[in-house]
Amino acid sequence: MTAIPLPYADDPDTAGFWDAARESRLVVQRCKACGHCQFPPHPFCAACAHAETEWAETSGRGSVWSYGVAHGPTLPGFQDVVPYPMIVVEFEDHPHIRMVGSLVAAPNAAINSVPVSAIRIGMPVDVTFAAVSDDITLPRWMPRVSESLKP
Amino acid sequence: MSDMISLKDRTAIVGIGETAFGKAMVQSEEQLACMAIKAALDDAGISPSEVDGLCSLNMENVFQHDIARDLGMKEVTYYSQMPAGGHGGCGTVGHAAMAIATGQAKVVVGWRSRKRSGRASRVWAQLEQRIQGSRDTWLRPWGIIRPVDEVGVMYTRYMHEFGATRDHLANVALAFRSHANRNPKAFMHAKPMSREDYFAARWISEPLCLFDCCLETDGAIAFVVTAVDRARDCRNRPVYVHAAAQGFDGGSAILANYFTADPMRSQAATCAKSLWRQSDFRAADIKVAQFYDAFTPEVFFTLEGYGFCGRGEGAAFTEDGGVALGGRLPVNTGGGSLSEVYLHGFNMITEGVKQMRGTSTGQVEQADCCFVSSSDLGPTCAVVLRN
Repeated sequence: MTAIPLPYADDPDTAGFWDAARESRLVVQRCKACGHCQFPPHPFCAACAHAETEWAETSGRGSVWSYGVAHGPTLPGFQDVVPYPMIVVEFEDHPHIRMVGSLVAAPNAAINSVPVSAIRIGMPVDVTFAAVSDDITLPRWMPRVSESLKP
Repeated sequence: MSDMISLKDRTAIVGIGETAFGKAMVQSEEQLACMAIKAALDDAGISPSEVDGLCSLNMENVFQHDIARDLGMKEVTYYSQMPAGGHGGCGTVGHAAMAIATGQAKVVVGWRSRKRSGRASRVWAQLEQRIQGSRDTWLRPWGIIRPVDEVGVMYTRYMHEFGATRDHLANVALAFRSHANRNPKAFMHAKPMSREDYFAARWISEPLCLFDCCLETDGAIAFVVTAVDRARDCRNRPVYVHAAAQGFDGGSAILANYFTADPMRSQAATCAKSLWRQSDFRAADIKVAQFYDAFTPEVFFTLEGYGFCGRGEGAAFTEDGGVALGGRLPVNTGGGSLSEVYLHGFNMITEGVKQMRGTSTGQVEQADCCFVSSSDLGPTCAVVLRN
């Protein structure tokens, strides 16, 4: 399989995110001055323009804010799995924060492993993680199993 | 403020030039650019040696030095490039108007030349294995690769919030195709399209199909701007730059505007405040408009952002031929990016000029001004042209 495009893990603005992801933790940036949380990460707090931020762990619970289904032609690294869904997740504990992701049936399953017909805006999802290179672990999302169905 | 310089009707587009539009054209992008610029200067009756200003997009591969050398320009005193590709086309008109109104230049040319085979024509296909920058980092690893992927996800949400459907997208594609069918220069001139054709098309990125996406074509377009006193001596009737504005919201993103507090708010709303503050015309006065239409949903956001309808009403506005000739607001009367040519919106500028000259193949007879905008769903810009 052709490799997919990945970011550098040592960029000063984002390294903390990838460090956490390798430990299966999903984090967002939190301002050390005002506590505002933000994602995607960037150098200053968007709420108060303070320069110092820290990484705050999230619950990893969210819901599908929107989605699409990519058909080819696309990049070689994705052409093998078309059509595949692309989702945007809204965080349960930070309703103003959204993140792009893949919806998968199991942590290391292919990104087309959940049938498109099962996807709805608002459906609850839980984060999972897949190591896709030596230095990058990608957060991904699995449909949440209803509490009553859990063993 | 008495010392503030107004742009209103201070400058005019006095010449437009276009190459043929097609696929796999033999000329280079540089040749095409020169052909369009020379045609625009001939249209105005101005020698290249008089040009002292050059405005283009950041995606343009033919640089100001190439143009000035190739066409024998002498002393160039103003040059600029608008960022964000198709989000910046109308900004080149605005920059030209500002440069002239502030005495930086006297004759300014704007141009866009593009071949589908050109090295920068498919930005997404050149993505490196290791990506950089906030925009790519938070999209590409999960398979949101192409502009159509970014916009498709936006439209799924739009449909959810406002009850829009694919039929509304078809309204846009069919209206612009019908305009192209009247325009002999349009790439899709000889290809009528039915609603059945639209729904039979293959998916590109659901909910967007082939006919929701702009053409992939070769060609070049240019325009010439001068001060009004000079404009009156030119060959053609001047088309006045009545108002010009640009804008975006902090926290917003280009096309994949998922991360801001209110993604369904068109960033054109910010540009619109500046535009309508300058303009004697209001949205309700506009009788013909040219919108950037790389993807059909952009038309809804533009309708809403500039106040042609209320928020969430853009899709419904297209019902009953709303954006077709004879409708409430005829849009893209030459066929647009969807059916005339894709040149990052520069055909919207020239079509606006044709409307004001009375030479459009989709002429709106009563129009005394024409609204022209660049790509919405990101930083954007717009002009009001008048005759």
